[in-house]
Amino acid sequence: MNDLPVPHLVTGVRRETADTVSITLAPAGAEALEPFAPGQFAMVYAFGVGEIPVSVSRIGRRELVHTVRAVGAVSAALCALRPGARVGLRGPFGTGWELERARGRDVVVVAGGIGLAPLRPLVLAALDTRRAHGRLNLLIGARTREDLPYADQVRAWAHSHGALHCGATVDRPSPGWWGHVGLVTTLLNEARFVPENSTAYVCGPEVMIRATARDLLHRGVRADRIRVSLERNMRCATGHCGHCQLGGVLLCRDGPVIGWDRAASLLDVREL
Amino acid sequence: MTKNPAAGVLDRDGLSALVEVLIARGRTVIGPTVRDGAIVLAEITSADDLPFGWGTQVEAGRYRLVPRTDGAVFAHTAGPQSWKTFLHPPRERLWSAERAQDGTLSVTGDDSGQPSYAFLGVRPCDLRAITIQDRVLAGGRYPDQGYRERRTGAFLVAAECTEPGATCFCVSMGGGPAADSGFDLALTEVLDGAGHRFLVRSGSEAGQEILADLPHRPADAATRDAARVAVDEARDRMGRAMPPVDLRTLMGESLEADRWDDVAARCLTCGNCTMVCPTCFCTTTEEVTDLTGDHAERWQRWDSCFDVDFSHLHGGPVRASSRSRYRQWLTHKLSTWYEQFGSSGCVGCGRCVTWCPVGIDITEEARALHDERAGRLRHEQRKETEQ
Amino acid sequence: MTSATTLSSALPVEHRDRLMRLAREVSFEAGTRVFEEGRRADRFWIIRTGTVLLDLHVPGRRAAVIESLGHGELLGWSWHYAPYVWQLGAEALSPVRAWEFDAGTVRALCAQDAEFGRSIATWVGRVVAHRLQASRMRLLDLYAPYGSGSPA
Repeated sequence: MNDLPVPHLVTGVRRETADTVSITLAPAGAEALEPFAPGQFAMVYAFGVGEIPVSVSRIGRRELVHTVRAVGAVSAALCALRPGARVGLRGPFGTGWELERARGRDVVVVAGGIGLAPLRPLVLAALDTRRAHGRLNLLIGARTREDLPYADQVRAWAHSHGALHCGATVDRPSPGWWGHVGLVTTLLNEARFVPENSTAYVCGPEVMIRATARDLLHRGVRADRIRVSLERNMRCATGHCGHCQLGGVLLCRDGPVIGWDRAASLLDVREL
Repeated sequence: MTKNPAAGVLDRDGLSALVEVLIARGRTVIGPTVRDGAIVLAEITSADDLPFGWGTQVEAGRYRLVPRTDGAVFAHTAGPQSWKTFLHPPRERLWSAERAQDGTLSVTGDDSGQPSYAFLGVRPCDLRAITIQDRVLAGGRYPDQGYRERRTGAFLVAAECTEPGATCFCVSMGGGPAADSGFDLALTEVLDGAGHRFLVRSGSEAGQEILADLPHRPADAATRDAARVAVDEARDRMGRAMPPVDLRTLMGESLEADRWDDVAARCLTCGNCTMVCPTCFCTTTEEVTDLTGDHAERWQRWDSCFDVDFSHLHGGPVRASSRSRYRQWLTHKLSTWYEQFGSSGCVGCGRCVTWCPVGIDITEEARALHDERAGRLRHEQRKETEQ
Repeated sequence: MTSATTLSSALPVEHRDRLMRLAREVSFEAGTRVFEEGRRADRFWIIRTGTVLLDLHVPGRRAAVIESLGHGELLGWSWHYAPYVWQLGAEALSPVRAWEFDAGTVRALCAQDAEFGRSIATWVGRVVAHRLQASRMRLLDLYAPYGSGSPA
């Protein structure tokens, strides 16, 4: 259903950071949404407050997890929800990460801060299908350890020397920080991938996306194999409200995930 | 015109009968009327409501109603509204939501039923604008159901253009004053020694059916010829023209042009151009709650890319300068619309020129951008040959 | 794995080989202070394994960690520019294996062979530019929500 929000029950709430909360949602009635793909988003409706686009941060069989940062009225209302509360959901909308593009290639996932949220289901899917592609890297940048979402899971990933190479870096280390200090792109030095045969997935603040994509490109990753997730204001998610335009791209329809071959020239123009 | 066998001639009584027949079939008939010193589209109950004997004088930033001595009814140019007011209304309820005592949420759509419209006097430019909005709102993966119902239920009576205004430039946008398709009935007003009459052609079965109910006589050669001459002459009397270049490429190559600063110095970012534009479709949403807090409604209303909040992204607008907002509007209309919806977003109706409070002229801006690009290319060529 | 600043891609093969002939293999245990702010910058390293933290001494506080350096990265550039004094301190976070170079010898070789000197200068300059750019980006406090004020 894409016209009307389908009622969902909040079955779990987990505080990730000071301003970020993950809410687990299950259909409140018989009606359920179509399955989501990693990278896609839903319009989440907070009764009486409004509706915002939020990507899925975990895709269960019946349940969906959305990780929300309180930056506006609707997101603050969603962050304040308790188990048992109801929200409306429309979706799934937009393009996904499309893990199948990495078939037979090394995978480089680069996340900046809350940008890890939409990438988490991609990493989980890649771990589930590890034989389909080459080496798997997850590189995460955050402001501080306290601002790192899914900190326990990330730490476990970083310390397991298994199928996933996971590195994390912060701008400011606090006591007990176990990872690197510096910009997320420096983690690329230690990642295990052959640039010419890799697919990269990048999400985070736009400045971080630009810096990361340029670095990857410089190392030899093909522009169309660098997939980035972009953000603009969105009202309808169905391609009708005009808000999410970025040049010729309607981000709710042609994005949010697009190739760097298409994104690069758009992000170069100021105020586009 | 001769291709279509279902053609006839209506006199003024025939036009009255058309309105009566449409109303009798349960349609809400919308047509041009005179109100507040302008031609305003509104519900009409009889052909007498139509603007007989009124014409318009327009220029960039100027619109005046002027009386005509010939009694013509479709000799005016586009007013401040277009048919999107009815097909894609300024405010529309998307859904109602109730929160029960146990916290249960229920959401219901607005199934109050859509009016069955008949639009009388749709100009060829506006027919094309409706086709463009069809692609935006009813095409694609998620058709707007409300729009689709209103649109498919609407009966379109076109009025070919015989009196273009000074701000009209449809011919240079690949259109023209003739109505070729996309209508149920098309009228061409003829005023000559043989009287005030309308050549009428049907463009659909529904049109044919209505025509059969109207008192009319078969189309005679003289009326056909007079109609064709009037429309042909109108084609040569467009007040303005876009520069004859590929506008799509021009815009794509002009994103960093200096001209945007020039136009930004004049533009008030009032958004008038987007409101009067027959293809502009952008909307925003509002959440409305009642005092109990258990009933909420989601409303959609027209929005404008000239509004600073339009591009708001937690913290600030992406397009803060008026330069970037004017550029967004113009490049979307003439260029990126192709990528998004497969055509230009401009039909050359001239409304944005007429209703701009400071008289910014889209054709003049396009020409200035073209000149600037030409200068840039000349400069680059010179540098190349020098090297 | 290559980048613009790691040795393997930053220097022409011939110059890389010449430089590497001057390398000494060294290792540091975790916690070793590799150099201190304000001291003479008479050596530099290329990290092979492990992590080194660059820090700045702040009175009354723990040393502020500015950046961490790892595999393939140049540790130390102050040796290349007068007055050859370390601007930051460096400490091994984990056991570190590295190639160590004597700054005086490399500088002398640079003076002797202008082409080699240019290669080294370009490499070091590129590392400095890269770190400057990264620092500038971090200065933006990118990950904070816009307009959220300064972080606690």
